[in-house]
Amino acid sequence: MTAYVLSDCWTMTRRELAHWARQPVRLLVGLVFPVMILLMFGYLIGGGRGVPGDYVDYLVPGIFALTMAFGLEGTMIAVTQDLNKGVVDRFRSMPMADGAVLVGRSAADMLQSAIGLAVLLAVAAALGWRAHGSAGGFLGAVGLLLLFRFAMLWIGIHLALVAGKPETVQAVQILVWPVGFLSNAFAASESMPGWLGAVVQWNPMSHTATAVRDLFGGPGGEPGHVWAAVAWPLALLAVFFPLAVRRFARLSR
Amino acid sequence: MADTAITVEGARKRYGEKKALDGLDLHVSRGTVHGVLGPNGAGKTTLVRILSTLVRPDAGRIGVAGHDVVTEAREVRFRIGLLGQHAALDEELDGRQNLEMFGRLYHLGARHARVRADELLSRFGLADTGRKPVRTYSGGMRRRLDLAASLITDPEVLFLDEPTTGLDPRGRAEVWASVRSLVGGGTTVLLTTQYLEEADQLADRVSVVDRGRVVADGTPEELKSRLGGDRIDVVVRDAGRLDAVAALMRAGSAGVSADVSANVLADVSVDADRRLLSAPVTDRMAALARVVRALEEAGIEAEDVALRRPTLDEVFLHLTDRDDRTKEAAA
Ligand SMILES: Nc1ncnc2c1ncn2[C@@H]1O[C@H](COP(=O)(O)OP(=O)(O)OP(=O)(O)O)[C@@H](O)[C@H]1O
Ligand SMILES: [Mg+2]
Repeated sequence: MTAYVLSDCWTMTRRELAHWARQPVRLLVGLVFPVMILLMFGYLIGGGRGVPGDYVDYLVPGIFALTMAFGLEGTMIAVTQDLNKGVVDRFRSMPMADGAVLVGRSAADMLQSAIGLAVLLAVAAALGWRAHGSAGGFLGAVGLLLLFRFAMLWIGIHLALVAGKPETVQAVQILVWPVGFLSNAFAASESMPGWLGAVVQWNPMSHTATAVRDLFGGPGGEPGHVWAAVAWPLALLAVFFPLAVRRFARLSR
Repeated sequence: MADTAITVEGARKRYGEKKALDGLDLHVSRGTVHGVLGPNGAGKTTLVRILSTLVRPDAGRIGVAGHDVVTEAREVRFRIGLLGQHAALDEELDGRQNLEMFGRLYHLGARHARVRADELLSRFGLADTGRKPVRTYSGGMRRRLDLAASLITDPEVLFLDEPTTGLDPRGRAEVWASVRSLVGGGTTVLLTTQYLEEADQLADRVSVVDRGRVVADGTPEELKSRLGGDRIDVVVRDAGRLDAVAALMRAGSAGVSADVSANVLADVSVDADRRLLSAPVTDRMAALARVVRALEEAGIEAEDVALRRPTLDEVFLHLTDRDDRTKEAAA
């Protein structure tokens, strides 16, 4: 039984990889977008408010976290498109594990995010950004970013299942921006008016960004945030993963 | 029970105000082909989706291959194949990738899934499609691949929702041949169709469905005879004489009035385009003799005079035509 769950998930992951092989351009486009954001905010707009130390050192981890958050939208679009395909009917009429279709999607998206993060790290390094912490801290930071992405991914899947229509996708696409920017990705929360600072501090993405800054040994990091950066994504996953799997199993039933 | 592959009792499903299924009953014996005939919106697809565990019924007891579709969906899924109304394939992958993927999901194992995919590709004439994605397939190729996908595990029960809609005559004949060979192997098939010829060709029994209910069922022969048996058709050479012939057919002849029922053709319908007159008959030979004699006496040339059974088309239209039914109810 468990073996079947794993094999079904692997089969569905292979399906996503086969799609990449058919359309490599799509994968590339997904990688270019975060690089553009990094270049735009780091070098065109410049200078964040109330930021201690070098702004690029402050900004780069923030952009990493922001990219992970924006992944929600990509996942939601992909799942929405997938659900409108006839092949989902065949999957659902077969004795496969309940969440396998979704797990396949999440595995592919995680792989794409990992590649995307590697590209971002390389671009940032080329622009002069350096991680100052230990190797362990570096891996920990990458781990926290991917964990955050994983939580965003399952929120995206759940949103697609609950409200997967082109109109709602558009609404989420627009809403993701303020949520992404109501964080400390670009500016320190201390520099913001009281209520805004409170919202920003509360935003799970801010915890991830702060913890990652700390682990990279750059400015704006605070050690205490690592636990929040682990706990928040896990809590979100504990809610949205089972909801999404259940929702998929009951889809249109 | 053991010889019943599909049991549907009082199936109901509504979408908002619309009753897609309104207390539908159906029993299909193992190893037979059951045709479900109905006009657009009758509820055929809803029925197939409920039977294949995709949609949950609001009410009713529904069993497939001995298992309940709601409480034992997984057991049902191991035993069915589904060819939906629309292609259920991954359009970006090629035919072999699709079949292999489905084979793995049926837990055939990687090697067996590959062998099975090759077998089915050659059986359905798709062996030389190479790496072309399904997106580029013709309608017929897509339908055949979809059918192949529904047969990966040799299902006990196979659902075909309008399997030949949109296919050319050759494609249709191919699908028919596949269905026949499957039934030879003991598979139970439930097939929905709007083509009466298809039901006539393939089905052992037919249920005519309208507005979410079965309005008639039986063998194709039974259904045909239920519509008042035989008819006489007269095709005249000169369209101008249609009315005259209709009058002759209706009139009866004074000489043989003793057998009124055989001779009066009360319900003559006229199809001017085809220069065709048609009427139901009870006594076949007497009616034929009288019509031929009457035409001869009146000196009217006929191209064709023939007795025939009603087509399933006529049965279908008769049973599902709304105006017809309200007329009958009023009478
Ligand atoms: N998901 C749905 N949401 C709303 N209404 C639906 C849905 N599915 C079916 N219906 C309605 O239920 C009725 C039966 O539909 P169904 O698709 O079962 O008919 P059908 O016999 O398959 O028709 P067709 O020959 O056109 O395929 C129709 O009136 C249809 O509009
Ligand atoms: Mg239909």
